[in-house]
Amino acid sequence: MKILRLTAFSVGIFLSAPALAQHVAVVKFPELQKRLARPTDTTYVVNFWATWCAPCVKELPGFEQLRAANSSKKVKVLLVSMDYASQLDKKVKPFVKQRGLKSEVLLLNEPDPNTWMDKLDAKWSGALPFTLIVNNKSQQRVTFEQELSPAELTAALQKFPK
Amino acid sequence: MLMKKLLPYFTLCFALLLSSFIARPAADGYKVGDKATDFKLKNIDGKMVSLADNKAAKGYIVVFTCNTCPFAKAYESRIIDLNTKYAPKGYPVVAINPNDPAVAPGDSYADMQKKKYAFPYLVDESQQVAKTYGATRTPHLYVLTRQGNDFVVSYIGAIDDNSEDASLVKTKYVENALTEILAGKPATTNSTKAIGCTIKWKRA
Repeated sequence: MKILRLTAFSVGIFLSAPALAQHVAVVKFPELQKRLARPTDTTYVVNFWATWCAPCVKELPGFEQLRAANSSKKVKVLLVSMDYASQLDKKVKPFVKQRGLKSEVLLLNEPDPNTWMDKLDAKWSGALPFTLIVNNKSQQRVTFEQELSPAELTAALQKFPK
Repeated sequence: MLMKKLLPYFTLCFALLLSSFIARPAADGYKVGDKATDFKLKNIDGKMVSLADNKAAKGYIVVFTCNTCPFAKAYESRIIDLNTKYAPKGYPVVAINPNDPAVAPGDSYADMQKKKYAFPYLVDESQQVAKTYGATRTPHLYVLTRQGNDFVVSYIGAIDDNSEDASLVKTKYVENALTEILAGKPATTNSTKAIGCTIKWKRA
């Protein structure tokens, strides 16, 4: 009986392990664009950041708090890393693990912003951090090419349906 | 009595309102075709530099850059190469560091002086030049072309299409623009985008 319980416990750990280790998917822009264009009533909070960007790293906890505070609502936080794809294993994954980031993390593997940035937002000049909050159903969209405090972030999301 | 109680809140609101104006850069700066106003900024050798100083210049490659941003570092040698290639053609580089050293300690005047460039490396202490140009990030590059006594913005944006690896560059945006500008034509692609570090604006 004891052995059985132990086995069940081990299997449980084994099965939940992939969920514990935060995965970082490497995507190209069309994939991200498609995802953000879906006619859903979920509000997407998309933060473009990089491990080398000091103000980005500083504001990340605010996005984590926002995710936790809205976990029961139709709010999805996406952290899109602009680190080079070559740094995925060296920098991005260890960073995500070390900080224990719970929000979904993507790495956008597009070396030339001129091929995609205007399609995401014509106003974005390319400075990081950049944050986009979008709800396709309510047709609301705001962008910030600046660091946001947790209070500014919460205030920005306040205007969106939940 | 009520007024007295509320006064601190009013003061706070006013301070917040004021800081939102001070802390944020101007959303719009120069567009291609705009006349660039001259500036007078301190070089790392202690001398003041203006666009008007160099009478032989047909134009300038003005680049907002810094010591600390990984992208500025990645592009440093390519900025030096631009000067080597285009200064003899009449378009020298003028580098401007707009970062507040209180926010980015590696961007102090003393740290800037460690750089030995063949072109000016100016400190934009008030950050007014970066704001006037509409620079948002480092590196952020502007090509200016002389028209009489004026300098007109002919190109704004990126250096090329691959910041990580110069050997993988397919399109040299600024060089393509300069080829056309030197031939007396407007640049076909006169505005490009690049990822970069936000300029470290002074905290209010």
